[in-house]
Amino acid sequence: MTKFLFVYRGNPESDAKLSPDEMQKVMQKWTDWIGEGFAKGWLVDAGDALTLEGKVVHGNKVVTDGPFVESKEIVGGYSIVQADSITAAAEIAKGCPALIGGGTVEVRVFAGLA
Amino acid sequence: MKTAQPEPVAPLVEHFFRREAGRLVAVLTRFFGWRNFDLVEEMVQATLVDALQIWRTRGIPENPSAWVHRVAKNKVLDSLRRTEIQRRVTLEWAANRPTPREGIDDLFLDTSIEDSQLRMIFACCHPSLARENQIALTLKALCGFGIPEIARALLVPEETIKKRLQRATLDLVDHGVYLETPENSQLIDRLGAVHQVLYLIFNEGYSCSKGEAAIRADLCEDAAHLCYLLCSHPRLSTPTTRALMALMLFHAARLGARVDDHGDVLLMEDQDRGKWDERLIRRAQEFLDDSAEGTTISAFHLEAGIALHHSTAASYAETNWTAILLLYDKLIRVHRSPVYLLNRAIVVAEIDGPAAGIRALREAAGSKSLKNYHLYDATLGEFYRRCGDLEAARRCLEAAKQKTRSPHDLDIIDRRLARCSAP
Repeated sequence: MTKFLFVYRGNPESDAKLSPDEMQKVMQKWTDWIGEGFAKGWLVDAGDALTLEGKVVHGNKVVTDGPFVESKEIVGGYSIVQADSITAAAEIAKGCPALIGGGTVEVRVFAGLA
Repeated sequence: MKTAQPEPVAPLVEHFFRREAGRLVAVLTRFFGWRNFDLVEEMVQATLVDALQIWRTRGIPENPSAWVHRVAKNKVLDSLRRTEIQRRVTLEWAANRPTPREGIDDLFLDTSIEDSQLRMIFACCHPSLARENQIALTLKALCGFGIPEIARALLVPEETIKKRLQRATLDLVDHGVYLETPENSQLIDRLGAVHQVLYLIFNEGYSCSKGEAAIRADLCEDAAHLCYLLCSHPRLSTPTTRALMALMLFHAARLGARVDDHGDVLLMEDQDRGKWDERLIRRAQEFLDDSAEGTTISAFHLEAGIALHHSTAASYAETNWTAILLLYDKLIRVHRSPVYLLNRAIVVAEIDGPAAGIRALREAAGSKSLKNYHLYDATLGEFYRRCGDLEAARRCLEAAKQKTRSPHDLDIIDRRLARCSAP
């Protein structure tokens, strides 16, 4: 089995527009999906969310605030998954609650991670 | 590599986020005042978003409530460091506090949170606010509903809800309202308004002709929850408060039986009484017993008395209609509402037959509000049907259809019309 990185992208503002009850429903979907991942063995590391703060360090040692990208491109979090193929991994990603509300899941292959 | 598999933790109780929102808004509004209500709502929303984003992959913490309070406290302290906000803290709170940190810790003690919620109820039901604005503010600030949810529940456009909320907070600022302690005896005088608002919210939830089932059930639950909060405070737990609690519980006991397998609403005579929640009925009876103190008989006492007779009858036929009739007579003397007049006529029909019911309705027909009420014609039609006059029955039911647009109401009328077809 190979290890894959799931990168969650989407507008972080969309969470802020949810009502408390709606937030809880989304929470429940994540809890269920993560639970399923561990139970079925495809989830290696549930990962974490990323806050909006960020710095970019450039070659000339200049440090700037950022990155400032379009909201749909903002990386909101990650998880580490294992599967037999990238197709299988993508299939798993279809069940990810990040897709609710218009987000995307980028699926990448770890080159060296055993 | 660390896998960070979450330890199994109890799932969140239903509506945890919404209830926490209500608690946080109460606590922070007490701290910042109505002038800063927008800021309060932003902070509360930001706190819940943090919870959502962190818990969903890292798992729910062992004490989710404490976690949320800690994050909210930190947001408050962060905001205080920004000098232009420092001056915004309400004077009422800032006086006699050793340090902001200690002050805020006090504010988040369990007893303090409940106290803030009680203060909040009175502020939301302040007499300077129009009734519909009191309701909107209670649903938003205390119950933690989102604006779209409130709009769907009340069947009113979102823009209207937004305006009601803006009007409410402006009025509260204009009148210098802050979150006063329920110990203040003047506040007890305003308990009547609180009762009315909670009763109306419960009724919005209970009435089947509006909104989605899930939100409607939430409205009933939240109104009962807030009433229970009043019951837990010695000075606010008046006989009338307890009678209102009893009334809500009697109605709530029947919620499970009101809808059949197809999602159609069942009238009481058609409900499976086995589905009525006995535990809630017993709780309701306890509250009703506790409300029999002193000399006040409120409309809630009378309505709860009627609900008691229904809830303890083995079947519709075995209901003590005579006792209920006496209670409706008393209710109508307190308030000549079309609903009471109509229900009274139904009771008369059960005792003396449909012809008597027709007479009772005709007597009550002088009330203008009754004439525009589709249930007046629908009930008249039902009485005519029981008398065997199918022609008249159909005429009344068709008239009833003209007076309502609710698909649910029209459905019930159509089903009654079907029973009027000649065999």
